[in-house]
Amino acid sequence: MTLTSTEPTTARPASQLLDFSDVAMTFPNGTVALHGVDLTVDRGEFVSVVGPSGCGKSTLLRIASGLEEATSGRMSLATNRIGYVFQDATLLPWRSVQKNVELLAELNGVDKSDRSLKAREAIELVGLGGFEKSLPRQLSGGMRMRTSLARSLVLDPELFLFDEPFGALDEITRERLGDELIRLFTEKQFAGLFITHSVSEAVYLSTKVVVMSGRPGTVVGTFEVPFDMPRDPDVRFTPEFAELVGEVSHALRGAH
Amino acid sequence: MSEPTPTIRRRANQHGPARIGLWGPPIVLLAALVALMYVVNLLLGSKNFLLPQPHVVLSRLVEPKVAPDIWIALWHTTEVALVGLAIAIVIGVLWAIAMNQARWVERTLFPYAVILQAIPILAITPLIGFWFGYDFPSRVVVCVMIALFPMVSNTLFGLQSVDKSHRELFKLQGAGRWTVLTKLELPSALPAIFAGMRISAGLSVVGAIVGDFFFQRGTPGIGALISKFTARLQSADLLASVLVASLLGVVIFLLFGWLGRRAVGKWYDFG
Repeated sequence: MTLTSTEPTTARPASQLLDFSDVAMTFPNGTVALHGVDLTVDRGEFVSVVGPSGCGKSTLLRIASGLEEATSGRMSLATNRIGYVFQDATLLPWRSVQKNVELLAELNGVDKSDRSLKAREAIELVGLGGFEKSLPRQLSGGMRMRTSLARSLVLDPELFLFDEPFGALDEITRERLGDELIRLFTEKQFAGLFITHSVSEAVYLSTKVVVMSGRPGTVVGTFEVPFDMPRDPDVRFTPEFAELVGEVSHALRGAH
Repeated sequence: MSEPTPTIRRRANQHGPARIGLWGPPIVLLAALVALMYVVNLLLGSKNFLLPQPHVVLSRLVEPKVAPDIWIALWHTTEVALVGLAIAIVIGVLWAIAMNQARWVERTLFPYAVILQAIPILAITPLIGFWFGYDFPSRVVVCVMIALFPMVSNTLFGLQSVDKSHRELFKLQGAGRWTVLTKLELPSALPAIFAGMRISAGLSVVGAIVGDFFFQRGTPGIGALISKFTARLQSADLLASVLVASLLGVVIFLLFGWLGRRAVGKWYDFG
């Protein structure tokens, strides 16, 4: 895995996993995707990023994962155990659920019996026990996304990057997977950076919500989410929740 | 946690009326053509050797004096076709893999794949004979030249149509070129490779027969027999040979369709 400067360059709190400071990204065609982005993800945090489409939210993840390099600024990572969940499940259609979940471990040279065991655990963890032999085409969209989550869980990531993973799913599946994600977050204690364009999803899932402006994307507001983890699903129907969603939406509207 | 039950998509199995709907029309057309042959044969009068009656043609395939020649020649053609096809598959896949490694390799090699396809085979047969003799090897060379292009172009297409996010998934794990090729690109390309094989399989039969016309030493196949029967005006034998040669093409085409479905049908709707 190629990562930009994982060496601590300045004194950094031990709890800090990911740190963007003054990060800018200009594409070769001249489009300025990100400008002066400051953002941190600490251990134990689940940070959601909301912003208008095309504001460079996904670029942020691509920089964090090493798929792209920032044109200026500094990005530092305190771990190389990173899980990346794409917009769609990106399963290999010729591999069974079991073999798909083993893939990343396989690419990392984990030996056969070990990765098979870990994959089975991860499959159980995302509630797909019994579907090990199924092929992706035999699964619903939600189940495919669960498989994708399990695939990353096998690597036991310290930091999970999510690029609008539930965007293509229906609302019921989406909410259910959100609750699953919260359960995994509290059980496995990874930190998360979650890109979404749904404000209520962001507030419900996260410990912190970051609002980005339209292009060039920059952080225009950060909101701590005060509700307990794991979240009580009914928190969504409280006035406090509605108020926070309102504030974030307001910041988002001002951000265009 | 009960999400919608998974739907297992199956190939629709046609039964009863559906099957009649599927196979009825072509069978009716065949019957009409056979009837037409009898009518034309009658109308031709004294020149009716030009189009013998269908049952006479079929009877040549079991006639002790001619039939063994036809079937043995067909076997020789099959040998050339299968050897040529195997070589075309190996060269074609390797060629495409090479082109897929770098843009400059593709730019260097692809024009030659196109040129190979465009070469009028008849124009270079003398050269092939000159280099490889007039026996089995030359027949195979012609066969390979005719069957190669679909393998190259289909494999290349398959390798290049790998999802960008799949590539990134592998890149994030630091996967090397060989890993990406064997675990991602080749499996992704399999449906396209099998589609190419099916086309090339049909062409390999064409190639083997064309080879027979020009290189008749050793144990030539059905093509040599076809030119002999034509020269001797043995029209029933000629049509019988053409018929089995066509059947060979169809059988090989179907065989590779079946192989493709066996190989990738579980995860890809292989037509």
